[in-house]
Amino acid sequence: MMLKNYNFTKKESRLYMSFMYVTFASLLIGGLMGLLQTLARSGEFQLPFGINYYTILTVHGVILGLVLTTFFIVGFQFALMGKTVGISDKQLKWAWIAFWTMLVGTIMAAVTILVGQANVLYTFYAPLRAHPAFYFGLALVIVGSWIAVFTNFRQLYVWKKANPGQKSPLLAFMVTINMAMWFIASLGVATSVLVQFIPWSLGYAATINVLLSRTLFWYFGHPLVYFWLLPAYMAWYAIIPKIIGGKLFSDSLARLAFILLLLFSIPVGFHHQLTEPGIDPTWKFIQVVLTFMVIIPSLMTAFSIFGTFEVRGRKLGYKGLFGWLRNLPWNDVRFLAPFIGMVAFIPGGAGGIVNASHQMNALIHNTIWVTGHFHLTVATTVILTYFGMAYWLVPHLTGRRLTPKLNKLGIIQTIIWTVGMAIMSTAMHIQGLLGGPRRSAFSNYMGGEQVETWISYQIAQAVGGTILFIGIILMIYIFIQLAFFAPKGVQEFPIAEEEVDAEPTPLILENWYLWIGITIALILFAYTIPVIDIIKHSPPGSIPFDWPIGR
Amino acid sequence: MHLHKFEKIWLVFGMASLALFLLITGFAAFWKGTHPQSHIETIDPQNVEAHEAFKPENLGLQEVADGKYTVNIVASAFNYDFGTDADGKAVKRIRVPKGSTVLFQITTKDVVHGFQVAGTNVNMMVEPGHVSRLETVMKNTGEFTVVCNEYCGVGHHQMFAVVEVYE
Repeated sequence: MMLKNYNFTKKESRLYMSFMYVTFASLLIGGLMGLLQTLARSGEFQLPFGINYYTILTVHGVILGLVLTTFFIVGFQFALMGKTVGISDKQLKWAWIAFWTMLVGTIMAAVTILVGQANVLYTFYAPLRAHPAFYFGLALVIVGSWIAVFTNFRQLYVWKKANPGQKSPLLAFMVTINMAMWFIASLGVATSVLVQFIPWSLGYAATINVLLSRTLFWYFGHPLVYFWLLPAYMAWYAIIPKIIGGKLFSDSLARLAFILLLLFSIPVGFHHQLTEPGIDPTWKFIQVVLTFMVIIPSLMTAFSIFGTFEVRGRKLGYKGLFGWLRNLPWNDVRFLAPFIGMVAFIPGGAGGIVNASHQMNALIHNTIWVTGHFHLTVATTVILTYFGMAYWLVPHLTGRRLTPKLNKLGIIQTIIWTVGMAIMSTAMHIQGLLGGPRRSAFSNYMGGEQVETWISYQIAQAVGGTILFIGIILMIYIFIQLAFFAPKGVQEFPIAEEEVDAEPTPLILENWYLWIGITIALILFAYTIPVIDIIKHSPPGSIPFDWPIGR
Repeated sequence: MHLHKFEKIWLVFGMASLALFLLITGFAAFWKGTHPQSHIETIDPQNVEAHEAFKPENLGLQEVADGKYTVNIVASAFNYDFGTDADGKAVKRIRVPKGSTVLFQITTKDVVHGFQVAGTNVNMMVEPGHVSRLETVMKNTGEFTVVCNEYCGVGHHQMFAVVEVYE
């Protein structure tokens, strides 16, 4: 069965591009902050104009971790929905409302940070108190994203009504899973911001329950990283096969993997809180076990992606155990960038297993190993896949094309990124194993051999960070070319199709009541008793602290 | 749903390794007692001195039995209070002999802090209203830097001490 894909109207393209402008503006600003951080922490440079290290650290985390990712994802997913199930004028209007709500929230939070009123980092742990505008800004970003969530749901619903009895297009199904996960997860942080932080920051509540706020944050914080990852998985499963000239490996397998990711994304937040007091270790262990269930869909994904590559290679007649590797389009940046992302996910995932382990976590918790870990996962695997998508999505939207020259620049960009990140992330991992802390300005501490070793790795990070910043400048150049200057033309929106003789997808995979029901049941199982414990055994609340962040 | 034969082998092998891994982790946690620190005791963050361990005179290193030590610490932005020495100066360095069993007890008067003795397994979050506690055996000699590893404000990187383990 061939599914019909929709052509974008000018109005639609403008919406999707708006999200891309914010994405790449964020990349430039956030990347510059990253460069400054690595330089400052090398101990060789001082930040100019008395800029506080923790201000740029907060900007870096918020702009790259929350703004860039969310804008790219929401925009990319709108484009996927528009392409596979279409968008009505009314839905388009709501999508714009989502965009502006998120943008206003972002600007509010960003200004508050830049004037030094919110040096609280992107995790904003109480009882450090930022200016209320920071929390209002965050709340608006979340509310804006919810408007996008329900617009996407509505798009699929309308399509289903018009196409009774048909399974939903794979990409639309995947977007819906990701948005369902995002909505359920962000209820936690929204509750914390609206019920705990905002009244307390305004002075209406005298104290805040710190452990509860952290638990609500991490209930959201882990699914947040899957929210970044799933769009990359969408590309790997359903777009890359088309780019290499192949077919979908298995529609049902892809859907099953996404369902498993939904089930095991949320009831796992305690693995970020393993070294915290006040939580029963048995419940920590239960959530550790639930965390590791994610390994199953990860193994499925690894198998089917490399399976796709091999099937394609053998069809072209390549023989031998690894002969098929040769046929992959290594000189096509739309493939190369995401491919390097996939490779980086192997050490990235292995590091994640260490992080979530009940005992091993104590070795690396809050060391710069963790920073190294998520620079491999989100800042390599995820971002290189996003870049890989942007190379065709941006010209598709602007009616231009990816020229051979821009493709070549893209390949150079990918290599620069890979080299820079290999240096920076490896140095971070090693320094972390040696106990070097994350999220800290340059310090000699009490001196000694240990500290000397840390500093040598910090210098390596500055080298890596500088190379990465060159990569960012190049990426921005490519983006501007693709958006405004590349020659007019038609750039394909690649969506992989099923083999003609593919087996039908079981209907149960699209039973939303069932899968959302199990998701909620798992969350209730993992969180009900420990949260009641936390509330019942809560200590006196914490008054707000402004002076430690320089307010 | 159709699964390729190789995929079945791959998944069965993967899931079996996962099960084994979790069994080992669980065995270590529940039978060998290697849970991460999870102390349930609470305290009033605005009156930590009311707790016996955090009275000013009880801060710092104490030998409680032969080869057994307790270290009581009060964290605040941006300092670890290990008590004062004989001259009334703030203690920033504690020394224990190799092989001693050391119990670290710490709480905070203000915001969230971290407490890591870099190079050992002592790594705890310190949160207002809670007592964090971890016992360890100091098996290696050397100087171990104590760092605050949870962001606590603009002076976060100035919060440190040293644990020295001597022969």
